[in-house]
Amino acid sequence: MNLELTATQQALRKEFRSFVDTELLPYANAYDKEGYIPLELIQQLGEQGYLGATLPVEYGGRGMDQLSYGLLNEEIGRACSSTRSLITVHTSLTAETILRWGTKGQKEHWLPLLARGLKLAAFGLSEPDAGSDTAGIKTSYTEQNGSYELNGVKKWITFAQIADLYVIVARGEQGITAFLVERNTPGLTIKPMEGILGTRASMIAEIHLKHCVVPAENILGRKGWGLPQIVNTALDNGRYSVACGSLGIARACLEDSIQYARTRQQYGQLLKDHQLTKQKITNMVTEVKAATLLCRNAGFLRDKKDPDSIIQTSLAKYHASRIANTVAADAVQLHGALGCHDSLSIQRYFRDARVMEIIEGSTEIQQILIADHSIAGLDTIL
Amino acid sequence: MDTTTQAGARTIIREFLRKRVGQDIQFNDAEDIFAAGLVNSLFALELVVFLEQSFDITVENEDLNLQNFSTVENLEAFILKKKDK
Ligand SMILES: Cc1cc2nc3c(=O)[nH]c(=O)nc-3n(C[C@H](O)[C@H](O)[C@H](O)COP(=O)(O)OP(=O)(O)OC[C@H]3O[C@@H](n4cnc5c(N)ncnc54)[C@H](O)[C@@H]3O)c2cc1C
Repeated sequence: MNLELTATQQALRKEFRSFVDTELLPYANAYDKEGYIPLELIQQLGEQGYLGATLPVEYGGRGMDQLSYGLLNEEIGRACSSTRSLITVHTSLTAETILRWGTKGQKEHWLPLLARGLKLAAFGLSEPDAGSDTAGIKTSYTEQNGSYELNGVKKWITFAQIADLYVIVARGEQGITAFLVERNTPGLTIKPMEGILGTRASMIAEIHLKHCVVPAENILGRKGWGLPQIVNTALDNGRYSVACGSLGIARACLEDSIQYARTRQQYGQLLKDHQLTKQKITNMVTEVKAATLLCRNAGFLRDKKDPDSIIQTSLAKYHASRIANTVAADAVQLHGALGCHDSLSIQRYFRDARVMEIIEGSTEIQQILIADHSIAGLDTIL
Repeated sequence: MDTTTQAGARTIIREFLRKRVGQDIQFNDAEDIFAAGLVNSLFALELVVFLEQSFDITVENEDLNLQNFSTVENLEAFILKKKDK
């Protein structure tokens, strides 16, 4: 396995870094405080092709490989996890899933719009009473004259406040099924949510569906295969994005910590020269390196379309989201009071990191998946 | 697909399933691995990626039918049918 970046991947990373440093990082704390990301930024992301990064060029995407897409998520995540969340739900969960399982008509209609960010997409799975246990969803569909009526409530849906297209997962006589539902469908209303701990600009909302009727051609995937086919594909895609985004958080914390340790003096010497600081930096850098390798490994296997990529993506997400938390906690500690204040980004990274262990399958759900695979045989893991 | 590759397909399928359910769990080629509860929630997706990568086929929406995927024998028949198309 060669995890070295190709010249193209290195050039893309340079492009992402430059975009992030000029267009995103300087404003990310303000977005967090205000609770939204501006439409101008979304437009820019669309123009750069970052909302359709992995979509084929024929659909208006940039046709990037998975490893490059991981780098994009890492760089965006380094600056703003709310913006990275948009990419996760729009590109990974929805557009890539439509690309994989959509009908010809669904692909031809939606992918060019999503690739350029002319329309935004969100993924509606969770509900007030169903989170990890996805089979427990209550949102229902009933078939009537070849159409489907949806009823129920989706909760915590990232960017639902401004999305134009929702994947809605619902239960009914033929089993759990996914539907494409447009924002302007009669009976669909959006209730913005406030007060979230992290990714505060990710514009989460509830989606209320009341006698919401969609035609049969809006079924995404096979009827009754909503969980094993659509949700599993979407979450696998989303996990890769969140893994790399979490790595971005951790790297930002590490870089800021080193910078601070180089300039802050206590007891007559710079923090970087205190031995306990060296220990902290060493622990942080080791964790970041390990997460980098797991993310690159997942990207490499995803590009090869290797079946082990699925569990390796889970492993990368599990590790990267956990170390984002430990590294962010160390960064707060190293910055002292400043680490607790919103004049710096550290407190935001600390809060955003918490969310990473909950979304796209919580830490405990990853533990179940990884342990089961390991117990069956270590070949797929090691 | 000729008979040699047919025999190869069955071996490749068995090998993949062994890795997923565990070396010490016994199952025969006619046994329903889903009904026996031998696999976890990620398995169906892993199986699809495995079939596409190993046999150079594309699994379509209409192929998603538990019958196609439930046993080693059915998986082999499914691959042969896709290859014949
Ligand atoms: C900021 C944010 C954005 C989100 N965006 C979206 C979105 O866009 N779309 C969407 O559909 N959902 C979204 N979610 C919801 C998210 O997917 C769920 O929060 C997640 O699946 C966990 O579900 P829950 O919160 O109901 O927790 P629960 O499932 O109730 O779990 C509570 C705790 O119990 C643990 N637990 C659960 N089952 C087990 C078990 N078997 N063994 C051990 N421990 C277990 C969990 O790990 C967790 O720690 C978002 C959530 C957040 C916070």
